[in-house]
Amino acid sequence: MPESPGLPDVPEAVAEPPRRHSLPLVWLLPVIAIAVGGWLAVRAILEHGPTITITFRSAEGLEAGKTKIRFKEVEIGTVTAITLSSDRTGVVVTADIAKSAENLIVEDTRFWVVRPRITGGGISGIGTLLSGAYIGMDDGDSTTARRSFIGLEAPPVLTAGLPGSEYKLRADSLGSITFGTPVYFRRLEVGEVIAYDLDEDGSGFNVRVFVNAPYDRFVRRNTRFWQASGIDVALSASGLQVNTESFSAMLLGGIAFGTPPDAAPPQPADAGTPFTLFDTRAAAFKREDTVEQRYVAVFRESVRGLEVGAPVDFRGIIIGEVSAIEVDFSPGRKEVVMAVELRVFPRRLRRLAREAKEKDAETTETDIHTQIDRMVAAGFRAQLRTGNLITGQLYVALDFFPKAAKAQVDWNKSPPELPTISGGLQELQTTLTSIATKLDKIPYDKISDDLRQSLQSLDRMLGGVDTLVRRLDAELTPEVKATLAEARRTIASAERTLAADSPMQQETREALREIARAAASLRALTDLLERQPGALIRGKTEEALP
Amino acid sequence: MTPETTAASAGLAVCHACDLVSRLGRDVHAAHCPRCGASVHLRKPGSIARSWALLITAAVLYVPANVLPIMHTGSLFGAQSDTILSGIVYLWHAGSWDLAVIVFVASIVVPLAKLIALAFLLVSVQRRSTWQPMQRAKLYRAVEFVGKWSMLDVYVVALLATLVHFQSLATITAGTGAVAFGAVVVTTMFAAMAFDPRLIWDPVSEARARRA
Repeated sequence: MPESPGLPDVPEAVAEPPRRHSLPLVWLLPVIAIAVGGWLAVRAILEHGPTITITFRSAEGLEAGKTKIRFKEVEIGTVTAITLSSDRTGVVVTADIAKSAENLIVEDTRFWVVRPRITGGGISGIGTLLSGAYIGMDDGDSTTARRSFIGLEAPPVLTAGLPGSEYKLRADSLGSITFGTPVYFRRLEVGEVIAYDLDEDGSGFNVRVFVNAPYDRFVRRNTRFWQASGIDVALSASGLQVNTESFSAMLLGGIAFGTPPDAAPPQPADAGTPFTLFDTRAAAFKREDTVEQRYVAVFRESVRGLEVGAPVDFRGIIIGEVSAIEVDFSPGRKEVVMAVELRVFPRRLRRLAREAKEKDAETTETDIHTQIDRMVAAGFRAQLRTGNLITGQLYVALDFFPKAAKAQVDWNKSPPELPTISGGLQELQTTLTSIATKLDKIPYDKISDDLRQSLQSLDRMLGGVDTLVRRLDAELTPEVKATLAEARRTIASAERTLAADSPMQQETREALREIARAAASLRALTDLLERQPGALIRGKTEEALP
Repeated sequence: MTPETTAASAGLAVCHACDLVSRLGRDVHAAHCPRCGASVHLRKPGSIARSWALLITAAVLYVPANVLPIMHTGSLFGAQSDTILSGIVYLWHAGSWDLAVIVFVASIVVPLAKLIALAFLLVSVQRRSTWQPMQRAKLYRAVEFVGKWSMLDVYVVALLATLVHFQSLATITAGTGAVAFGAVVVTTMFAAMAFDPRLIWDPVSEARARRA
């Protein structure tokens, strides 16, 4: 060991026994790093799912590297590239799907772009206003994998796996129905319209509705569907009744369904069962009449206010409706009459119906004929009545009028003619006319002449009275005035005579005083005479004094 | 040419704890300070091996640091994950090419350059190369100096992740890439620290002594 010349006092370091060098612990670090890195790499490779392509008409709102693919709002993939399709009719979106979602990408998987959308049923995709569009996905039932898809232009109304049933409705007009129009059951929203299309021949619409699961069992075989848009206002004896489904249905329309309550609940309808979509609830619940008879009722009065479809009423029960109103101008008749054709549903008359059920059809008809003949003989007539005084609407009433003129139904005519009776308002009119005629007959001229004469004599009489009064005024009044003046003078002198300071009063007072004195001296004389009766003769004596 | 005098050639070692100079026997590998008892050595023991280990760790971690996202941005406008490269691409496309260059240099070039430089130094030292010792010493100093500045990305992510926390409005969380990147920077710093620059000069002085 060479000595350091300038550092003589350097102490010796304490040597340690050499340690056995195993692999330094620091080599653990790269091992850990490789392990972690390797694990991450393996996981990334394992998690790398399939790459799919979706063709859309436009790439509006889509962005490579940013736009996500979501299934039930869960991100399952990212768009990696957007290119024009080779035929330049659309765009091809390439996307990486997460490994975990690989089995969702099958033959009937559907893709669509979620953008903000405002429909009748509501507003959807609000979140995309800020976040930008994303691609929505709905898985399919197929097990065959598929990697190339054609995207939907509008989101599907129904996502797969939603429990419920689909029904077909047949409608004459679409009304306000559109995709997503709600379906109501007892005002509860239970489904929606998923599709509609016009018939091949354009005669009506086929509307497909979907009713969600717990509620589809309320769709029974005799369930009626009707358009629930708008407000149904009914004025009845119990008051004003307003029927609406909901506010949104009022504005946007809707479809409601219900089952007539009278029938025992039948089997729930199978999915896909066709139904008729009625215009109103009333139309939907109208009885379906199988047996129908046609009659014609001939009226001589105006049928203003009577409409086709107006009810035929038997004592409050509607048993039919007016099917046609015509003017019968046939030369066979002597006058112009109104021929009103009626459709009558005899089954609505329970008794007839019961009989009809027991016998076969032909017998039934004859039976009804004899029945009606009997009824007509008893006064069964058709009559026009006013249903509504304000609008003047008429309906045809069938009722018994025992006093009606005899009539008969000619069953050979088709349709047979029911005898009529002028009725209701018409009768009232006749009465009023007869009253008017009677009023007309009153000799108003003569009455007024007499009246004028009476008035004239009265006038004359009043003139006489006037002269009399004037004469009384002129002749009698001065006399009365003089008499009154006399009377006043008399009273004044009487007053003067009786006044306290009048000379007569004073004189009277003095006279009375004199009388009093005379009486006193008389008393003294009397006393003296009593004591000295002789004084009268002898004069008075002194001792006689008391 | 006179032989250079080094502490090692003189058999002297200084205690890093108490600065006492002590004499070290030629074949003594491990010793401790006679005054304070701290271990003393002529050269950092296992310097090359430790440096290699850390360097390899850093190199391995460099891959996930660039491949994995370093930042998850969740906001009303959607969620997004960014890697370092995608951030640079975004900056470049957004027109901030200057920022893009800074981030590219600080986050990709510098760590990579450090890895390469350290590997080069280690190989040259192991081969006892006498080539350009001065340049290599400068390179080492540069590597050591630059080390602390490479954490730029990690700082940015750490700051954002702490500051931006508006629940549903906007949230930024650090991704695994940030952890890996931070680990790359730290391990390269440790690797640089583990490297003993005196080893660059040892073959030079030996050659000189042999020539003399």
